[in-house]
Amino acid sequence: MATQDIAELELRPTASTSWQDEARRVARGIRRRVLEHVILNKGGYLSQACSAGEILATLYTNVLNLGRVKPLLPGPFPGVPGPNYRGLSPGTALHGPRAPHFDRFILSPSQYALILYAALVEVGRMAPEGLLDFNRDGGTVEMIGAEHSPGHELMSGSLGQGLSQASGIAYARKRKGETGRVWVLMSDGEFQSGQTWETLQAMSFHKIDNLGIYVDVNGHQCDGRMNQTMNIEPLEKRVEAFGCRTFRVDGHDLDALAAPAHLLPDGRPIVVLAMTDTCREMEILRVNAPKFHYFRFKDEAEYRRYQDLLASL
Amino acid sequence: MEILSRVHAKNLVRWAKDRPNVLVLSADLTSSTEIDLFKDAYPDRFISLGVAEQNMLSFAGGLAREGFLPFIHTFAVFIYRRAYDQMAMSVAYPNMPVRMFGFLPGITSPGGASHQAIEDIAMMRSLPNMTVVEVGDATEIETVLDAIDGVPGPVYVRMLRGEVPRLFDAAVPMQLGKLRSVANDNPGGEIDLTIFSSGICTEEAMRATQALRQRGVSIRHLHVSTHKPFASEAALEAVATARYGVISMENHVITGGLGSAVAEVIAEAGIPKRLVRIGLRDTFVHGASRSYLMKEYGLDAPALVRETEKLLHAKFDISECDLAAVRIEAVHSDAKAEAL
Repeated sequence: MATQDIAELELRPTASTSWQDEARRVARGIRRRVLEHVILNKGGYLSQACSAGEILATLYTNVLNLGRVKPLLPGPFPGVPGPNYRGLSPGTALHGPRAPHFDRFILSPSQYALILYAALVEVGRMAPEGLLDFNRDGGTVEMIGAEHSPGHELMSGSLGQGLSQASGIAYARKRKGETGRVWVLMSDGEFQSGQTWETLQAMSFHKIDNLGIYVDVNGHQCDGRMNQTMNIEPLEKRVEAFGCRTFRVDGHDLDALAAPAHLLPDGRPIVVLAMTDTCREMEILRVNAPKFHYFRFKDEAEYRRYQDLLASL
Repeated sequence: MEILSRVHAKNLVRWAKDRPNVLVLSADLTSSTEIDLFKDAYPDRFISLGVAEQNMLSFAGGLAREGFLPFIHTFAVFIYRRAYDQMAMSVAYPNMPVRMFGFLPGITSPGGASHQAIEDIAMMRSLPNMTVVEVGDATEIETVLDAIDGVPGPVYVRMLRGEVPRLFDAAVPMQLGKLRSVANDNPGGEIDLTIFSSGICTEEAMRATQALRQRGVSIRHLHVSTHKPFASEAALEAVATARYGVISMENHVITGGLGSAVAEVIAEAGIPKRLVRIGLRDTFVHGASRSYLMKEYGLDAPALVRETEKLLHAKFDISECDLAAVRIEAVHSDAKAEAL
């Protein structure tokens, strides 16, 4: 059995205020800021904030080893890469300076962009005013994030490509002797795509163990429930069979989420299947079952109920 | 004519010797794409990725972001058909210096439609940031790596393998973005016909032009190895001097490739010249030998003679015997890993 007893694992030493308290604050802040924008824009990707709040909070407060950076304002759209522009995406600046010992974080489903932006504000990497640029023409804080968007390193909007590219980066970093690791957040829907399995196969074969994957297993996709759209279960057994070091954890349990990240590499890629709830901390979302992918208000009354919810968060 | 064997295999080993950032990626076609010698010479820089091209393309994008120069090798169809989205978003969009070597262009494979890249240039030419080149002989295979060295973005190389003729002076290397002059009967002045050819069609065109010129047709023959960026100005100048018109000849569908590039140049400049495009006419192809398919689909020297006669309203009485001997490759030869 590849799944280890995570209770035995040692956690990174914590500062005076516990990282868990900080992570809880960040997760709350993510949900509040995302809800604020959904209310402002009369719709948006809301359930992803419910399901992935603790995952992103854990990543930024405990897992990722990133360089320090002052809260930054996202710049204007710099143009697409071409003859006159190529190189580091401006979105990476929010992850601090690059160095061989620092980690990288790659968001694969760019539909989670707003959740990532909110997280960056909560952990002090993006200035809060930056969020005002969300979905604004000529800006970089795009609705579906692209390479130039805050906190984004590469083009990953086409599902399945984020992990592949990240595995190339991880392979290259290992080859260069860099000690920093690469962390990827994926959605469970990406496990319907063949490229994901091609990548896990290659990562396992080439022992790319400096890469860790967190999967937001919320069981829902654009069309509704995953098991009624295209089943991916038993996901844990499938991933394990591809040679990964697999952990199935409660995706809202901070300690359980953090523990696998502190294991010493053993040749296998790490995959954390974070079992999450699409309505976490927002019970009133549940009436939308099974359609959680993109949220729209049905009427004025519902709009007011969400305004009340925001006031209570 | 000098025939060389496994030119890329040897050249790559030599060229990559002191370039430690060159990594060669294989999708289970190591000997078939002539990277077996590289694998033996530098096993540490050879990455086997199996029959999984989508991952290979995106993975290469990741390697390039970290400063490596990934050299993807597989059959051309598996690059642009199987992994187009990955190539577009993981490689072309970020303008990453990934080199893609696509083997078995057009009818050079007897493997049938699944193995024959007949619309690759059209696909690649329309993709932003992509540089597109195609080799036509051994000299170009020997010099293509230098020609594209330093291109900051991705490059697609339509490659030849096995036994390849040397058509061009070994001392005159391929140059990116330049047309190669094969023949010019009246430098600086008017000629009857301008011919643009690419890839293996250049060898055919040379056989035909030899006979046509003996019959008094004055010709300017240009070989195109850079499809993008296309040498528009030089092409325009060559078109303008052609009395009867222009013929393009390519081992590719006539839409989106060389013929289209020439047509774009003519139309945009508003030059009233006839253009005849020799190539595959909106059709897939089947599995058969190269010489058989070239004849069947009209991509060979006799096809060029026929089209010239039509364009010039003339009959030249050129028989197949008048054309230089057809080079027939053995189905099984030591230069190829498999008959495909």
